[in-house]
Amino acid sequence: MQELFNAILQGALSGGVYALFALGLSLTYGVMRLVNIAHGDFIALAAYIAVSIVANTGINPLWALPAVVVLMFVIGYLLQRYLLNQTLGSDILPPLLVTFGMSIILQNGLLEFYSADAQSLQAGPLTTASFSLTQDISIGALPLLIFSVAVMTTLAVSLLFKKTPLGLALRATSDDFDTAQLVGIKHFHVYAVAMGIAFAVMAIGGVFMGMRSSFAPDVGPSLLIFSFEAVVIGGMGSLWGTFAGAILLGVAQGLGYMIGPGWGVLTGHLVFLLVLLFKPEGLFSRGHK
Amino acid sequence: MLTVKQLTAFYGDFQALFGIDFTLEHGECVAIIGANGAGKSTLLKTICGQIRVPADAIAFEGRPIGSTSTDRITEMGIAMVPEGRRLFASLTVEENLLSGRFSKRTGKWNLDTVYQLFPDLLERRHHLATQLSGGQQQMVAIGRALMSNPKLLICDEISLGLAPIVVKGIYAALPGIMADGLSVILVEQDVDMAQRMSNRLYCLMHGKVALEGVSEQLTRQQISAAYFGV
Repeated sequence: MQELFNAILQGALSGGVYALFALGLSLTYGVMRLVNIAHGDFIALAAYIAVSIVANTGINPLWALPAVVVLMFVIGYLLQRYLLNQTLGSDILPPLLVTFGMSIILQNGLLEFYSADAQSLQAGPLTTASFSLTQDISIGALPLLIFSVAVMTTLAVSLLFKKTPLGLALRATSDDFDTAQLVGIKHFHVYAVAMGIAFAVMAIGGVFMGMRSSFAPDVGPSLLIFSFEAVVIGGMGSLWGTFAGAILLGVAQGLGYMIGPGWGVLTGHLVFLLVLLFKPEGLFSRGHK
Repeated sequence: MLTVKQLTAFYGDFQALFGIDFTLEHGECVAIIGANGAGKSTLLKTICGQIRVPADAIAFEGRPIGSTSTDRITEMGIAMVPEGRRLFASLTVEENLLSGRFSKRTGKWNLDTVYQLFPDLLERRHHLATQLSGGQQQMVAIGRALMSNPKLLICDEISLGLAPIVVKGIYAALPGIMADGLSVILVEQDVDMAQRMSNRLYCLMHGKVALEGVSEQLTRQQISAAYFGV
């Protein structure tokens, strides 16, 4: 019983990083119906940018995070503004092909530049610190921090959507982009900002991923799969739904690891398939689009 | 203030407009009527930039806007109440109105003045716009356009699908809207209403201007002849 509770708890905490991965995908799909196949590779890129900063300055990766976030925002903005916006239209294939191409370029670029050796971000004592809840259950400081940041990031993005003029523009453009232009919204700029925000959140996820585990240039596609699964489990277009989906994915994996080391990823996929089979609109879908 | 010269427009290979000439003076209300497929909506789409045409074909306050983007045209002071209202479905009434402010134009119209014009909207301002009755939704669409403080307001078939009494109520607001010199283009299915509300009237047929004149001087016979081409 205790063991089960522990698996659920650790799984839920590790779902925090999935939430950070998935939020960006949920956001870009929600606002511009764009699925970025290179999503996971850009998360990997963020982690590698942090590697470079840490290698050159020797600071804790946690302090490198703000710089990575800003840099990724700029990359996301420019990418959408000058490349992906040109691919949007009634045909859904061009953005898929272009981002698929970027995924290949990024993986090979990272391989060329950083080699195939696994890297990690050393966060010092934070990596090993933990709190004891009971005799048998303890919580790692880093997973708890990541989980808290995931909650705060989701909250911040959803407040941005609900309470700010930018959020209004994002929601209006998502509803009806022809009419959005008619009221004077610069939709290409709005899309670019949305992608920038998605990339900023992916940057947080990427750096934390690097602090928790080692990674190599080919990690991207599996991150994309986890992000997709969280978004689909939670329901398209709902930020908190995506968060819940990510936590559920984490719990499913945690329970799987209880069975055996090979089972974690598999049980995650199984839960995803079950949701797709029985509630394809997602568990927490708002029932809108 | 608005001049359309020898305008032709295409949807791909299909030509929808054949040399339209159209003018609108400051403070004027001009109605455009015509059967389905006559080219009314196409003409409006070219004016607000949803269909691009040669820049010089359309001039607004002396500036060519034929190839200008929709959001820029809105910023210049042309606001559109689109056919079918096209409210933002996931936004509340008030948020829909606020979306009209993205053109960053200032003037008489703000939330308060729009609620004064359409008091029905005030108590429902936190409802989703799509939960309102058709007439109230039309008020939101007009209010949203006014929130951008336009110089020219274009109304595309605002009576469509609404009960006559509701239409009357909405048109009753028009003189107040035009009070301080706003120009209006009305596209209407309801020919009587169009003639009554406008200073001048254009009737389109098969993408050409079939009839043009001062609204109160046009006879029923002239209009039916132009409308049906008989």
